[in-house]
Amino acid sequence: MASGILVVCEHEDGAPKKTAYELLSKARSLAAELGGDVSAVVIGSANAANLGEYGASVVYTADGSEFSSDGTGSWASALAAAIVEADPAVVLGAASVDIRSAFPRLAVRIGAGMASDCTDLFIQDGVLIARRPMYAGKAFADVSISSSVALYSVRPNSFPGAAPVGGSATVSPLSVSHSEAELASKIVGVEAPKSETIDLTEANLIVSGGRPVDSSENFDRLIRPLAEALGATVGASRAAVDAGYAPHNEQVGQTGKVVNPSLYIAAAISGAIQHLAGMRTSRVIVAINKNPEAPIFQHATYGIVGDIFEICPLLTEEAKRQGIGR
Amino acid sequence: MKVGVCIKRVPGSDSRINVGDDAQGPDLADVGWEVNPYDSFALEEALQLQESGAASDVVVFTVCGPEGDAKIRDALAIGKRGKCGASKAVRLDDPAFAGSDAIGVARILAAAVKKEGIDMVIAGKQSIDGDSAQVPAMMAEILGWPSVCEVTDLEVDGSAIKAWRAAGSGKREVVALSLPCVITADKGLNTPRYPTLPGIMAAKRKPIEVVDAGALGLDTSTVGASAALVTVAKWSPPPARPQGRILEGDASAVVAELITLLRDEAKVL
Ligand SMILES: Cc1cc2nc3c(=O)[nH]c(=O)nc-3n(C[C@H](O)[C@H](O)[C@H](O)COP(=O)(O)OP(=O)(O)OC[C@H]3O[C@@H](n4cnc5c(N)ncnc54)[C@H](O)[C@@H]3O)c2cc1C
Repeated sequence: MASGILVVCEHEDGAPKKTAYELLSKARSLAAELGGDVSAVVIGSANAANLGEYGASVVYTADGSEFSSDGTGSWASALAAAIVEADPAVVLGAASVDIRSAFPRLAVRIGAGMASDCTDLFIQDGVLIARRPMYAGKAFADVSISSSVALYSVRPNSFPGAAPVGGSATVSPLSVSHSEAELASKIVGVEAPKSETIDLTEANLIVSGGRPVDSSENFDRLIRPLAEALGATVGASRAAVDAGYAPHNEQVGQTGKVVNPSLYIAAAISGAIQHLAGMRTSRVIVAINKNPEAPIFQHATYGIVGDIFEICPLLTEEAKRQGIGR
Repeated sequence: MKVGVCIKRVPGSDSRINVGDDAQGPDLADVGWEVNPYDSFALEEALQLQESGAASDVVVFTVCGPEGDAKIRDALAIGKRGKCGASKAVRLDDPAFAGSDAIGVARILAAAVKKEGIDMVIAGKQSIDGDSAQVPAMMAEILGWPSVCEVTDLEVDGSAIKAWRAAGSGKREVVALSLPCVITADKGLNTPRYPTLPGIMAAKRKPIEVVDAGALGLDTSTVGASAALVTVAKWSPPPARPQGRILEGDASAVVAELITLLRDEAKVL
């Protein structure tokens, strides 16, 4: 019978991502209650062996250039192969673009139910329950899945990444055969970003600017230096993106990225319901807005009523002076 | 090339959604309904393909009861003067569909897409009610077609398709694929148009075909509540945020206080 938890561990430049440790640590505590082992699957070439120190007893690997990302749906076959080997009851992955592409195909292929973008996983009366935001986080649903193996994608930063527990994993290479659909598509190019930054969805610290920033030059002058001083990633409101002050991939909100950082600084952002949709689960929210009635203040942990053209440079200076972000 | 666009009627992005503790579901009595915003990007892309001559026909699909007709008409109304826009809509409606989970909905749509002889499906990357982002890729798997999710640029040259998608860490990947295929639309793909008055008039004469499980040849034991693997056990409102604090004083003092609070009290720096 299916038992235990299989964690899809994503990596970057050969090293497991933070989300891999977050999920392994959650998997360990769930497995302690549900029973069974924790195993990991690593797709593409990465250093997988150290995952044993974080609780994985077996690390399944699928190495090959076609697995560099899930642009073509190739991950579903690799994951299906890992599931045959590990026979888990639960499969966890981060709610990343690759998992969002792969899990639905995998769910159909193996007849599994799936819950997306979960922010909590817990056991109630012996059953695993996933709590997930719906209606852009205006409501939360507790979801249960009845199939013998169940897929959960988890919003990054939902769980702390635990320290290593010691232990070692057996590395077990998978043999993967591709479906016809996967062979019908191919990644033919990768365009690198202008600057290397952490993915907004995985960022722990974010500084976002709104429409009043007023130009891309001002984003470079006010928002980006503050982010850099704090070691944060830059975001923007839709109004700022649509005006051309910041690129699409920096938009936070309902039609942009959903972020879940420890700290979200909203600089001259009104706090429209569609913006809140993308950042309301941030642990600490700082609002800088010159209108004391701005809705963002109702969600802010700390608020400064003031002009970003004055406050942001001062914050940047102060962060540098206090040696933050170093 | 015949393009199918999947749309869904959802509460508008500015709606208040109220759920009480232990509620059976959100109260949607007073919400305003809209075409899911991501589906608008999908529809716009299909219409642009039609206008460039790459698509010969555009058909709209939705799984919904008759309450969905008004929003279907909105979708049928969009298009350029002199071009037809979507030629018709197929509304998939059967009591057996009620309570379907994502796989169930994907089965219904896949069967309809097959029946209509669609070559390319474009759908929104997710609908902003359930926010699951599952149905389109599931549909592709059921059909045995390739899929590219969260596409921000699309090029169609005969049956050769190129789709740009955001991969991790700000990278963009270019995926080459052939028909038939499923594409999901992200913001940035295009700028959707609004319906025009002539479009609204024309949409009134376009057919909305209502198709049930029998007409799709769909085994009803594979859809609906009884086939659902995923069930919602309980609803709750978002967790309350702790009371916030406005920092007062002159700018430089407030800024120093904020950094100190973030470091020492909130411990996020
Ligand atoms: C379907 C749909 C989807 C949407 N999706 C998104 C989304 O994903 N993300 C998103 O952000 N929005 C989204 N929106 C738009 C959203 O409704 C708002 O229009 C948008 O968030 C406003 O951006 P803003 O706060 O930057 O600008 P504004 O609304 O213009 O607010 C600017 C704020 O800055 C303050 N301010 C002005 N000058 C200064 C200054 N010098 N210093 C300090 N404060 C100042 C003002 O008091 C105001 O509160 C969506 C809307 C729709 C209909």
